[in-house]
Amino acid sequence: MLTKLTTSLLGGLVYFLASAAHAALPIQHWQTASGAQVYFVESRGLPLLDVSVEFDAGARRDAPAQAGLASLTARTLSLGASGLPEETISRRLADVGAQLAASFEPDRAGMTLRTLSSERERNQSLDLLARVLQQPDFPESAIEREKARTIAGLKEESTQPGPIGEKAFYAALYGAHPYGLPGTGKIETLTTLQRQDVAAFYRRHYVVEAAVISLVGDVSRAQAETIAEQLSAGLPRATAPLPALPVIAPPARGETLRIPHPASQSHILLGTPGMSRNDPDYFALYLGNYILGGGGFASRLTDEVREKRGLAYSVYSYFLPLAQPGPFQIGLQTKQEQSQQALDIVRTTLTRFVTEGPTQDELRRAKQNIGGGFPLRIDSNKKILGYLGLIGFYQLPLNYLDDFANKVDKVTLADVKDAFKRRIDPESMVTVIVGGDGEK
Amino acid sequence: MLTKALLGIALLGLAGGAAANPYEHRLANGMKVIVKEDRRAPVVVSQIWYRAGSMDEQNGTTGVAHVLEHMMFKGTPKVPAGQFSKIIAEAGGRENAFTNRDYTAYFQQLKTDKLPLAFKLEADRMENLVLTEQEFAKEIQVVMEERRMRTDDKPQALVFEQLNAAALSAHPYRHPVIGWMDDLENMRVEDARAWYQRWYAPNNATLVVVGDVQHEEVFKLAQTHFGPLKAHPLPARKPQQEPQQRGIKRVLVKAQAKLPYIALAYRVPVLQDVSQDIEPYALEILSGVLDGHAAARLNQALVRESRLATDVGAGYGAISRGPGLFLIEATPSEGQNVLDLEQGIRQEIARVQREGISAEELQRVKAQVVAAQVYQRDSMFYQGMLIGQMESTGLSWRDEKVMLERLNAVTAEQVQAVAQKYLQDDGLTLATLDPQPMEAKRPTQNSVGGRHAH
Repeated sequence: MLTKLTTSLLGGLVYFLASAAHAALPIQHWQTASGAQVYFVESRGLPLLDVSVEFDAGARRDAPAQAGLASLTARTLSLGASGLPEETISRRLADVGAQLAASFEPDRAGMTLRTLSSERERNQSLDLLARVLQQPDFPESAIEREKARTIAGLKEESTQPGPIGEKAFYAALYGAHPYGLPGTGKIETLTTLQRQDVAAFYRRHYVVEAAVISLVGDVSRAQAETIAEQLSAGLPRATAPLPALPVIAPPARGETLRIPHPASQSHILLGTPGMSRNDPDYFALYLGNYILGGGGFASRLTDEVREKRGLAYSVYSYFLPLAQPGPFQIGLQTKQEQSQQALDIVRTTLTRFVTEGPTQDELRRAKQNIGGGFPLRIDSNKKILGYLGLIGFYQLPLNYLDDFANKVDKVTLADVKDAFKRRIDPESMVTVIVGGDGEK
Repeated sequence: MLTKALLGIALLGLAGGAAANPYEHRLANGMKVIVKEDRRAPVVVSQIWYRAGSMDEQNGTTGVAHVLEHMMFKGTPKVPAGQFSKIIAEAGGRENAFTNRDYTAYFQQLKTDKLPLAFKLEADRMENLVLTEQEFAKEIQVVMEERRMRTDDKPQALVFEQLNAAALSAHPYRHPVIGWMDDLENMRVEDARAWYQRWYAPNNATLVVVGDVQHEEVFKLAQTHFGPLKAHPLPARKPQQEPQQRGIKRVLVKAQAKLPYIALAYRVPVLQDVSQDIEPYALEILSGVLDGHAAARLNQALVRESRLATDVGAGYGAISRGPGLFLIEATPSEGQNVLDLEQGIRQEIARVQREGISAEELQRVKAQVVAAQVYQRDSMFYQGMLIGQMESTGLSWRDEKVMLERLNAVTAEQVQAVAQKYLQDDGLTLATLDPQPMEAKRPTQNSVGGRHAH
């Protein structure tokens, strides 16, 4: 199926829209006896229950020499637990139609469950979720297999321009900071990982003190409390606080990496460390980026590169807000022969945006999209679950969604202009071009 | 890569809420309107489905259905080029479009009170689209970039394209939806114009609305905006039936990649008579038994146990205007060769043919069907998709109840029987990716992707 917008463009949008809101969402919050944080929205419209349990166990907890360990741990949690082999776990889940998946991001990792809310189905699937979270066996054979599969995937990726570019981009932006490491790891680090490394990573990071349990669906508060106790009671306890991560230094000067590749299209990425979840410029940058390259066909980048010149199918920009400044990224793919032309237009568009800022009309349109589109952002249980996890992990206020549109609305033209001027220096962007013979 | 067609039928979903929901109405000009009321959030999705997809294209202009989809955003006398998307965005909405073999669809997601805006814009471009040379010249470049991104630079996509082209010899399903590059390079604005005039008419469209709406009001609103549009005669559609396949077909695809990959396509029937057919339902269950969950047969045997593969998948879609294919794809593990993996897949098929499936496996697939019924109702967009897909392929949303009953009535013997009858070499096409080493430098500008003649 083909879509007018690309997934990467939509992906860019999602990062942004992932935070906008202005209507009340009745979030209930409490702490379990063992110390896990619980976020719950009761929703009786459908007989289903969505649950996520997340920890400070994302890619940022990887040491450079063990890149890929965090991801390997998340992916192997459910491959054997409390003596049950993986086959039994998979079958028992399928028997009740439940869907269990690992979630893995730069900052956080955990498990997500979707189940019917009827008693038999709910009990059976929650029992399995509790087992994989609390008593994972990490069977040697499953670890070895997943390592081999990951290494095979990395070898394949090493031939594809998209992943080649992404890896070079993150490495150039973040250097030795864990955000610069590939989340799935590297061939040389994965080869060294052992079962005991996975087990130790689990005990250190999947601890009750860090657990964020989110629940949306067809259960009462009392049932939600029971479920949260069941999921948190047997989790490991923290022994020592996790180490602080290094500060991210903004790049002093621009850098352009050209990586040769025979593909018909060049993959171009530009960017710099952007903003964090709690950034004081969050709303100004968020709004400004919608105008620059986050708003799809309403954005300047799409207008200049695609609509006016037909140079690319997909061109976008986004901020990925993380615990520490995540990337600001502009990306596109274009026929190798015209990559320099496309790059020049992107740079000109960015520079003009940073220098002159948006127009009053653009700002008004952006606010109308973000404010008017709020109800679409919480129109399903699955989307609400995503917000609960976000609020819980980043310790955002419970009224974060209610307040979001107000904060967006208060942003002025001067705020956007000022924030972009201070935070995005077109001259110090990292540029990665994968394609062609590697020369300009 | 393969659509996980697992339970494509099953996912169609029981109507939620009132027994009468969804509601159907036909305008005098022949346009069908289907409304599903879902009051869970104050939003609405509006989708317009044209029964014209890549299978309705002619040789030499493959890809035109999708090119026209792009051109539908290029303006009318009242709404200049590019404004459609901006107007919806300013109303807080999201919008997009997609083209498939069977249909082309356009959608908007909005706050409920903005529904009239979506209708107004869609009705306008159904009749008044302006196709200029200038806009076409730019947009065809965008589409070629899309093809490069999705297919030309993706080894597995190239394999899949070749598999499809080899598996079918007469039916237009053998052509990629995005079109062959040479056809795109030679496409003219007249081709897009002819396509628009031929297929874009209210009597070839179905409007599907799901959300916090009252169906009678939506019918009235549809009458206001779409009612004045004129029906026009549609061209006859030729059946273009595939001739019988007479033996296995094999395709080798060389492309720059690291790992090999194989894809198998077996010719199988699709749903024709929802209340009498048995085989399409049995094939749906079979795909669930082979690949419905992590411990389903293919993953369990080939990824987890023998470790011949790093990934394996199976897919089948019973709802389709054209001929059906039962697809299996797999990537061998390092050090394993493709032939051994092919043998491994064949052994799993042979096991179903010889021993059948257990009552437990059958029940497990059906449990997933029941759960999927509920899960799909969490998304208004998806509920609309399912209605639109059925309507665009000649079925009715009303068929879903019967289809679910029939699916639930499938026996283990029927699953074994379809495996025996259809998963046979005489109806098989097998495509293999032969990975070529990367050249660090591109020797000449035209040596890679030599298909691009210009």
